[in-house]
Amino acid sequence: MDEKLLEIEDLCVEFPTEKGKIRPVDRVSLEIRTGTITGLVGESGCGKSMTARAVMNLIKKPGKMTGGRILLEGRDLGQMGAKERRLLQGREISMIFQDPMSSLNPVMKAGKQVDEVIRLHEGTDAGEARRRTIEMFAAVGIPDPERRYDAYPHELSGGLRQRVMIAMAMICKPKLLIADEPTTALDVTVEAQILELMEKLREGGTSILLISHNLGVIARMCEDVYVMYAGKIVEHAEIGTLFADPAHPYTKGLLRAVTSLQEETALLETIPGNVPQLYELPQGCRFSNRCAFATERCRADEPALRDLGGRECACFLEDRA
Amino acid sequence: MKRLLQAVLVLLLVSLALFVMLRIVPGNPVAVLMGEHANEATIERLTAELGLDQPIHVQFFRYLGGAIRGDFGTSYSLGKPVSQLMGAAFVNTLLLALAAALFAWIVGGLCGLLAAIRKNSIPDRLFMGFSLLGISMPVFMVAMILQYVFGYWLHWLPISGVSDWRSFILPAIALGWNSAGSIARLVRSTLADTLEDDYIDTARAKGLSETAVIWRHALRNTMLPTVTMMALQLSGLLSGAVITETVFSINGIGRLAVQAINGRDIPLLQGTVLFATALVIFGNLIADLLYKVLDPRTRREVKE
Ligand SMILES: Nc1ncnc2c1ncn2[C@@H]1O[C@H](COP(=O)(O)OP(=O)(O)O)[C@@H](O)[C@H]1O
Ligand code: SF4
Ligand SMILES: [Mg+2]
Repeated sequence: MDEKLLEIEDLCVEFPTEKGKIRPVDRVSLEIRTGTITGLVGESGCGKSMTARAVMNLIKKPGKMTGGRILLEGRDLGQMGAKERRLLQGREISMIFQDPMSSLNPVMKAGKQVDEVIRLHEGTDAGEARRRTIEMFAAVGIPDPERRYDAYPHELSGGLRQRVMIAMAMICKPKLLIADEPTTALDVTVEAQILELMEKLREGGTSILLISHNLGVIARMCEDVYVMYAGKIVEHAEIGTLFADPAHPYTKGLLRAVTSLQEETALLETIPGNVPQLYELPQGCRFSNRCAFATERCRADEPALRDLGGRECACFLEDRA
Repeated sequence: MKRLLQAVLVLLLVSLALFVMLRIVPGNPVAVLMGEHANEATIERLTAELGLDQPIHVQFFRYLGGAIRGDFGTSYSLGKPVSQLMGAAFVNTLLLALAAALFAWIVGGLCGLLAAIRKNSIPDRLFMGFSLLGISMPVFMVAMILQYVFGYWLHWLPISGVSDWRSFILPAIALGWNSAGSIARLVRSTLADTLEDDYIDTARAKGLSETAVIWRHALRNTMLPTVTMMALQLSGLLSGAVITETVFSINGIGRLAVQAINGRDIPLLQGTVLFATALVIFGNLIADLLYKVLDPRTRREVKE
């Protein structure tokens, strides 16, 4: 069962800014196999959301997808007509966002926002749509679904709102769900519940691209992980390999940050420094200004993402091994 | 209910302030009324007849008592009951104000909408330039330009008096012009901001067309600040009505107020100002209600 559901090839997203053109997504390639949860991890600002937005055709102006291809089951989304591509969304691919507080329309009843999806894609009539939405609410664990159908977003807790978002995303049984930091805005208990629900969705046959800055969440959920840094994929491996034997110094840093958090040691070993601004990237390897292993070569040339047999890594250290 | 009580209180205070103000202005209105040749005795007699010799608080309570029963006194200059004069004028002013508001909403709203959707396009720049003109031109100037172009020059529409509904077209445009300009600008900026909101992305991610996204998700959120602005503009609309009614010779409350001022006709002035105040208060009440209908967050308590 190694069918490719989604393939992103050499995706580039560019934004013109006052300080020159920036590339929040720079030749990113990733694959999601059918029936898996694939993780995309990296510090805030590294381009995870932008990658997801490119798939959903939601890049805000003046940004633009300037290169690469996005294929869903082999169909090139960029080659489709505007309407055809639009109608794919919500039906075959759907997305949930980081902040469930602002992702729902404040002046529209929660239920209406969900049944809008089936009414659009399946032409369901109002009564039937309501019935199915309430059913879906129950399926995603919303208590008292009939009453919640008529609730406005401000009347629901953060966890319930995210469940409404999930119900909305799942009601047409899409093949792919893109979840962009779905639990970042929620507290830990609710986070666990939402992650459990997503695990159930996967068992129900939906493949998921799970985006998070939190390796703990990724470790719990994903089979396959992509690590992103400053617009590039720097490492890609199966979860077991990645945790047991991280290859890229950035991944190692991320892992140390997680374990030190988990053990609650006083020593909070995180990666020193900050993500560089995209208009002032260091020469050579983008991580070289923060990397403990950086050499002259790292500051001169940029390492390419190379296949290391079952895994990929973009670091010169791997040459010597 | 609380709001209604507030409204009544405001109305009461305004009438009191107005009453006091009009009576501390120097000059006996009766003397003005009678002209230069009136003799002392006649003036005194008339002053007593009108109750103007009484202490001010007695006058006020008499007035209030009458007002509650719908009796606002008799106009000095026109010799008719104020309520009767205002009744006829009320319909004209209301029609004019409604037509002007409708014009402002529809034209301003549509221009703002189109401008926001096609930001920086030619229509956008055109509308925005036009709306700047709308905001900055005084009402009488708009009125006179309209009269000249559509009445005097093209002979399309009547420019004076009220004969049928067509008589209201030019006055309504003149009066609504300013509001249309500010509504266009507000709708444009609010809609553009709204389209950046997260739930708009959610709506797009559902596969909705851009038109559906705007109509179903963005517009209602855009209308909230517009409703508030309309309410705030209501008093401006009324002062505009004074000018518009005068320029177009429409027999309305505004024109009546001008007549009252010219003739130092205290009962008539009190009546018209009170009416205008009531209209503003009423407009604000409606805006509040509308806001509640449009925004569920102000309607129900938050329960987590
Ligand atoms: N409108 C914009 N104009 C210019 N740069 C932007 C814009 N939006 C986002 N970016 C840049 O794109 C980069 C990637 O952002 P994003 O994909 O949201 O990161 P992540 O989701 O990984 O936190 C960030 O560095 C941000 O500065
Ligand atoms: S290429 Fe050099 S600087 Fe970049 S991660 Fe590897 S060792 Fe560090
Ligand atoms: Mg993000």
